[in-house]
Amino acid sequence: MLTKRIIPCLDIKDGRTVKGTNFVNLRDAGDPVALAAVYAEQGADELVFLDITATVDGRKTLIDLVRNVAHTINIPFTVGGGISSVADVSALLNAGADKISINSSAVRNPDLVNELALEFGSQCIVVAIDTRYVNDEHIVHTHGGRRPIELRTIAWAKEVEDRGAGEILLTSMDTDGTKAGFALELTAQISGVANIPVIASGGAGSMEHFVDVFTTGKADAGLAASIFHFKEIEIPMLKSYLREKGIEMRI
Amino acid sequence: MKTVIIKYNAGNVQSVMYALERLGASYLLTDDEAEIRSADKVIFPGVGEASTAMAYLRERGIDKLIPSLKQPVLGTCVGMQLMCRYSEENDTTCMGVFDIDVRRFPAEPGFKVPHTGWNNIHTLRGPLTEGLPENAYMYFVHSYAADVYSETTAICDYVRPFSAMLHRDNFYAAQFHAEISGNVGQRILENFLKLS
Repeated sequence: MLTKRIIPCLDIKDGRTVKGTNFVNLRDAGDPVALAAVYAEQGADELVFLDITATVDGRKTLIDLVRNVAHTINIPFTVGGGISSVADVSALLNAGADKISINSSAVRNPDLVNELALEFGSQCIVVAIDTRYVNDEHIVHTHGGRRPIELRTIAWAKEVEDRGAGEILLTSMDTDGTKAGFALELTAQISGVANIPVIASGGAGSMEHFVDVFTTGKADAGLAASIFHFKEIEIPMLKSYLREKGIEMRI
Repeated sequence: MKTVIIKYNAGNVQSVMYALERLGASYLLTDDEAEIRSADKVIFPGVGEASTAMAYLRERGIDKLIPSLKQPVLGTCVGMQLMCRYSEENDTTCMGVFDIDVRRFPAEPGFKVPHTGWNNIHTLRGPLTEGLPENAYMYFVHSYAADVYSETTAICDYVRPFSAMLHRDNFYAAQFHAEISGNVGQRILENFLKLS
C-alpha cells in the first residue's frame, strides 16, 4: 500500500540551517547536508529545504547546497523559497533537486504553475499555500503568512491542481508554531477537493497529531520542523507508533 | 566498465547520475549511437510525456537502437513505459521490447493520480531484486502503469496490481525511481551494475 509520508523541513539561510537543532552527535548542527543525511538514515520519507536567503550570492550558495545534498542522500527532496521563474527551477533541478516548491510567485502569477508543469512535468512542481482563518473564511497569505491575498484557500488549491501542480504543501498560519495539532478540517477539505497529494504543515506537537492528520485530516504527508530538530519526536519512534495505529508507513 | 545514460528530451536525470556516483560508477550521458552500442551497461531514464518522448526517439533512430542492444539495459519510469508495446498516454505506439500495454490509473475514490510516494513491491524475482526483502518500499511518481504479465518481476498495488519491474533477456525495467528509493533502491542499481 502507498504509505503516508513524514517530512522534516529545514530552513536555510546562506547555505546554513537557521533554527538551532538538538543533534548533539552532529559536529556542525548548522550544516544542512549532515542534518539531511541523519534524517534520511532515520527513515524520513522526503525532505523539504526552505531557503529564506534574500541575496543573489546566497542563491548561488543554495545551488551548491542542493548539489551537495543530492550527492549525499538517496531519498527525494524539495527546495522552496524565492523561486519565481523557469530559470530558477531549471538551476535547482539541474543541481539535483527532485521537486521545487513555489508560493508567493504562484499567487502573483498563476500562469507560472502552468509554465513550470509544462516545462518540467507536474511531478516536480509543489505549490505551497500559506493560509489563515479570517472573518469565517480560509484566506491565502503570502510573504511568510504576513500578507492576506484576495484568494479563498480551497478555491486556490483546486486552481493550482487544474494548472498542473503535482502536490500541495498546505501550511496553516493558525496552527503553525502552536504545537497544538494540524489544521485538520481544512486539510481534509483540501484533500477532498484536490486529486493530488496534500502535505500538511503547521502545528505538529505530538505523535498523536500525526495520527489525526493522516486519519481525520486525510493528508498524504505530514511536515514538521522544530519537533524533529529538537528531537521532541524522533522519526523512527514516530513511524513505528503510526504503524501500530494502522497507518501505512515505510519502516 | 562503461555505463551510458541515454540522453533525450525526457526530463531531469541528475538524481540518476548522483546515484551512480554514490556507487562509484563512472558514466556518460549521451545520445551517440556508437557510444551507446559500446557501453557495458545502458540506462534509459525518463520523466515526462510518452508521445513527445517517442517522437524525439524516432527522429534520432533511438527507438530502433534500444531494442537491438545486447548488453544489459535498464529502463526507468517513463523509460520503462516507452519500452512497452503501447501507452494510453496520448495513444502512443512504443518500442515493444516488452509485450505489454501501459494504461492510465482509472479515477477511483481514495486513489489520487499520479500515484505519488512510497509503495511496497512484492512477488520479487530475477537478479535485480537479489538481496531485497519482499515488500521493500520504492518511490513512485506516475499516472500510467504496465499491466502484470509473464515478464513481470515485481508487482506493486495501486488501484490495481501493476508491473513495478520487468525483465526479458538483457532488458530490465523499473517503474519506480530507484535512484531516490533509499538503500533498497541503491541495491537495485548496484545489482544492475553487477550484471554480466
